[in-house]
Order: sequence, then structure tokens, then C-alpha cells
Amino acid sequence: MKKKTNGRQSVSRVTLLPKCPTGIQGLDEITGGGLPRGRPTLVCGGAGCGKTLLATEFLIRGATVFGEPGVLMAFEETEAELKANVASLGFDLAGLVRRKRIVIDYVHLEPGQIQESGEYDLEGLFVRLNHAIDSIGAKRVVLDTLEALFAGLRNEAILRAELRRLFRWLKVKGVTAVITAERGREQLTRHGLEEYVSDCVILLDHRVNDQIATRHLRVVKYRGALHGTNEFPFLIGAEGLSVLPITSLGLDHKVSNERIGTGIPRLDAMLGGRGFFRGSSILLTGTPGTGKTIVAANIAHAACLRGERCLYFSFEESPDQIVRNLQSIGLRLEPFVKSGLLRFHSARPSLYGLERHLATMFQEIDQFGPRVVVVDPITSLMDAGPKFESKAMVTRLVDFLKAQLITSLFVSLTQGGHALQQSEAAMSSLMDAWLLLQDFQGNGERNRVLYVLKARGMAHSNQIREFLISSRGIDLVDAYIGPSGVLTGSARAAQTAREKAEALAGQLEAARRKRELEGTRQALERQISGLRSEYEASAVELRQIDEQVRTQTCLLTTGRTELGRLRQADVEAAAGARNGTVHRRAT
Amino acid sequence: MPRKALPRAAAAVRRQTAKFWQLRLYVMDQTPNSTAALASLRKICEQRLKGHYRIRVIDLGKHPQLARGDQILAIPTVVRLLPSPVRTVIGNLADPERVLVGLDLRAAD
Repeated sequence: MKKKTNGRQSVSRVTLLPKCPTGIQGLDEITGGGLPRGRPTLVCGGAGCGKTLLATEFLIRGATVFGEPGVLMAFEETEAELKANVASLGFDLAGLVRRKRIVIDYVHLEPGQIQESGEYDLEGLFVRLNHAIDSIGAKRVVLDTLEALFAGLRNEAILRAELRRLFRWLKVKGVTAVITAERGREQLTRHGLEEYVSDCVILLDHRVNDQIATRHLRVVKYRGALHGTNEFPFLIGAEGLSVLPITSLGLDHKVSNERIGTGIPRLDAMLGGRGFFRGSSILLTGTPGTGKTIVAANIAHAACLRGERCLYFSFEESPDQIVRNLQSIGLRLEPFVKSGLLRFHSARPSLYGLERHLATMFQEIDQFGPRVVVVDPITSLMDAGPKFESKAMVTRLVDFLKAQLITSLFVSLTQGGHALQQSEAAMSSLMDAWLLLQDFQGNGERNRVLYVLKARGMAHSNQIREFLISSRGIDLVDAYIGPSGVLTGSARAAQTAREKAEALAGQLEAARRKRELEGTRQALERQISGLRSEYEASAVELRQIDEQVRTQTCLLTTGRTELGRLRQADVEAAAGARNGTVHRRAT
Repeated sequence: MPRKALPRAAAAVRRQTAKFWQLRLYVMDQTPNSTAALASLRKICEQRLKGHYRIRVIDLGKHPQLARGDQILAIPTVVRLLPSPVRTVIGNLADPERVLVGLDLRAAD
């Protein structure tokens, strides 16, 4: 919002053209701040396209929001009629008139009832208008529809001169005026009023495309100001007019780092283990019967379990049907519906036009204040309008939800035979995350797989998971990816069994070899122990031999000593002799 | 043409208009159109409705709030309040024939 205001200021600074905000949703954004202040604006369009309502809302918003009283000069509807008409849109026109914030002056002109004789001017109209403006200090004036004058008065030369004077007078008076006019065949208005009002011309249009009516608004001309030149769809909702500008939407919403689970643990695991970012927009595409609603319902269920409100827009099934069907896979939504956490909004897409759907959705979201919104499926809603409009609508919805940090899940049904990526390419660029559900056919069966095609800002698995639905809910299983492609269902089971058998055979083989080796080892051990005992025996023998040798030596020594003792004398004599000799030698 | 028609119609009108004519002339200040209209209206009434009419001149320059009540857009405007129904003629009444038609004074012809 801040940014937009800045942008508006910068526009007016450049153009130096003061603007008068209309207070009508979206119109001020297209016109860069409102209608040219103090100048007349022409609003033209065919019957029933909302001219009077636009003009009236301009006055009412002026009186209530911007503190600018207004005068409504009505040529077609009486005061009572006008009051009743806008009361259904929640505007208290009668109250505003009572409080003197708005003056309604009904100008009654019965065609052919007035006789003209000679020259005249429209001073009476001026006097009335002037009096009305001055009586409440009006800043805004609506003339609806000035062209009624052409039916009531015959002298067109006078009329045209007076109209020219009127617009000049309005400018001098300094009021911001809105003049409505009927759409002409070859020109903007039936009586060429655009000739007099040259500052700002807004064209309203009510078209029927494929049996669905949509209103459009286009700023044909805005002198001295930048403005959106596109045709913008608008609608008349419960709170008045709202133009839905696409181009003016900013990309400046806040983001959250909070992650929220999907209610499917394996899916959370695929998304970096923690699920999606809060406030992200998630696209869930899939061919028929791939379980899109089940995934969506799981996310809704998870939100309710967290105690958050969830709004479920269902465009194909009734709430009861969804609740019943999901019960069959063990997902009980009924308690949450009863406690008010989960709200269903079901409507046939063809019930009304896109804009109306969008307005209803905005309103529901505003009223209920959900944290999670599911649109199931967005595709059937998109069929309610032309392709480019549908995309614009989704853009607006996504932006609207993102701005409020509401996590949104858009379920998209892919037509069989279409390339998935192709059909959703337009929408996917708006989405932060894209889950794909797909069928795999083969071996006489169909199996579902799920993968994450993209998930902005988070690590996510590139793996295909097989998506199993049972009475216990959803389970995601690793799909087998082998040389022959992705195997799912019984093929995957067969493959798993084959792998198991192979593993078993391998185990047996290993055990056998182990046993063999064990045997060899034991044999070797036995040999080792034999050798060891031999070694030990020889060691003993060695020790015995040593002993023997030592004993013999000892014995020998002992024997010699004994012998010597036996030969004592001889020895002594011998010793004496030896000693003498020795003495001699010594001396 | 109207001059010739006037005397012939006068008797008839007088015959059926025993009732009173109440006229209002809305003007804006003293513009030429306003003065011309008043003069013309007086003349016609004198010829046709002598003694049976009253003209009230309302200057919207002084009483702007009165314009709304009689649904006045153009100036000058003559409004025939009585006899009902209400009839309106706008312009400076330069063409008396149309005034007669507009105020339903020719019906008697």
C-alpha cells in the first residue's frame, strides 16, 4: 500500500494534475489517483453496464470517505428509486441526504410534453445546480444522464450551446463532475457529449462471451495524466463497484519463513522435511483420478489439526460428497466442519462469470479469515471465462492471497492427452510450488506417482514417489527406477521381491563360504597345534640333553677330585717338590 | 395567420373557461428573453382570458430554490398550474401559435 501511494504521488508530481479519488476499488489505481479534480469526466456505456452506479458510488464515497459533499442531478431515476437501488449495495444514500452530505435533484423531463416557443436558455438548470451545490458546499457533481435533455428539448442548437456553457461553468465552479451518457453507435456517446468533455472519458462495457457476461472498464482518455489503457474487468458486488486492475498489482508482499506441513509426512520429507512455506501458492496438477482432491484434503486437514482456519472452494463436488469420499480413506473432515475450522464453498463454475466468482471468493476469504485456501479445481473455474481473463483472475487471486500470507492450493485438472507442462505453463509461473500427480500404466494396471516439479526457495526431492491410497490414507513409497524405466505397483512389488530373493541367495552363499572357510581355518588350527606339540616335544628333548650333559660334566669333575684325594701323599710330595722348586724359583 | 384566428377562437375559449387560469412565468433577472416572454404572455392572456387569469412572475435569480418545484430547466418557462393538467411552454414566446398549443388555448378551435 505504501508503495502505491508513493507511486501515485510521483505521478501527480510529474503531471501536476490534482486528482480526486473516487474511492472505488481499483479505479483509483488505474487512473493514478482518481478523476481530474475540478473537471468533468464522462462515463459512457450501454444500458445496464453500471454507469449510474459508478457515478453514485463516486458521490457516496466522496461524502463518506473523503469528506466531500456531492450533488446528484438525476434525469432518469427519481430520488426514491436511486435510494432504493443503492441501498441493496449497502449504501445509505437516504441517510446521507438527511445529513445534508448529498443533495439529489431529480429532473423530470417528459419527452414531447414541453412546448417550445422562441429562444430560451437552460439557466433554470444552472440555477438549480448552483443552488444545490451551494446549499451543502458540494465538491462533487453527478449528472445522470444529461442526454435525457436531448429527448425532452427539441432545439438542438440551443441545447448544444448550453451544454458547452454548462461544462465550462462546472469547471469555473471548481467541482469534480461525472457525466454519464449512453453509448452511441459510431461514437462514444449517442449525442456526442465527448465533444464537450475532453478531460477524462471512461468507457463501460457489458459483454457476453460464451454465455457469460462480464463488465469491462476502460479509461479512453485522461488528459494530462498517465493511466492504464487496458480494458479492466469490473463487477458490481455487495460493496459496490470494484475494478480489478491486474497491472497495478504490486509485487511487494511480505513473505514468511514459517513452514507448514502437508499432512503427508513423506511429502513433507520431499520438501526439505518441513513442508511448504506459509503464504506460498501451490499448484497441484494431475490427470483425472490421480488423487488431487485427496492431497488437497490432506493439506486442509493438516491445517485444521494445527488449529488454523481453512476455506475450501469446491467447484465440482458438493461439500457432503467430499467429506464422505475422504472418510473412505480415513480422513475425517466432519468434526472440523462442525467446529467451524473448515468451511466449504461450493458453486458451479457456470453459475456466474469469472469476476463474480472472484468477488465472491474475495468476500468469503475476507469474512472467514482462513490461513489456508484450497481451490478445487481452478481449471473448471477458468473455463468460466476466456483464457486471458482466467489467467488474470488467477493472478489477482494469488496476489490477494499472498498479500495476506494465506497459503493457497490450486488444484488443476489436466486434460488427458495434454502435455502437463504445456497446459499449465501459463499458471505455473505464478506459483511457488508445483506438485504433479501422474498415472503410470503398464502390466495391466494404473499406478499413481507424485513428484515435486518445483518448490521455490527450498530444497526439494527430485524423486518420483509412488502414491498409494488405502483406507488408512495416503502413503508415498519410493518408486523403483530401473533400466526399464519407472516401476510402480505390482511391477515395483515384483522387482522388490526379486531383489529380496537375490539378497537371500547371496546371504546363503555367504554363509556357505563362511562355513567352508571356518572349516579350513579349523584344520589349519589343528595343524598348528600338532606342530606346536611337536615343537614342544623337541624342546623338552633339548632340555633333557642339556641336563644330561651337565650331569656328566659334574660327575667327571667329582670323579677327578675323588681320585686326587685318593692320591693325597703323592700329591703332597709332589706338591712339596713342586713347592721347593717353586720356592727356588721364587727366591 | 394567428391574428385572424384569434377573434374567432376568443368566444369559444371564454365560453368554456369560466374557470380561472393560474400561470407562472419563470425568468432570470431582466434578460431580453425574460422581458419578451412576459410581454408576449400578457398580450395573449389579455386577448384570450381577460379577467380569468393571473400571472405570477418568479425571478430565479432571487429565488433559486423555487426552480426545483416546477421542474424548471429552461428560462423563460411558463407553467400552467390551473386548469390542470400542468402544462409547460419554454422560450421567449416569440411564436404565439405555439404558446396557444402549449397552454392548450387552441383546443377550443
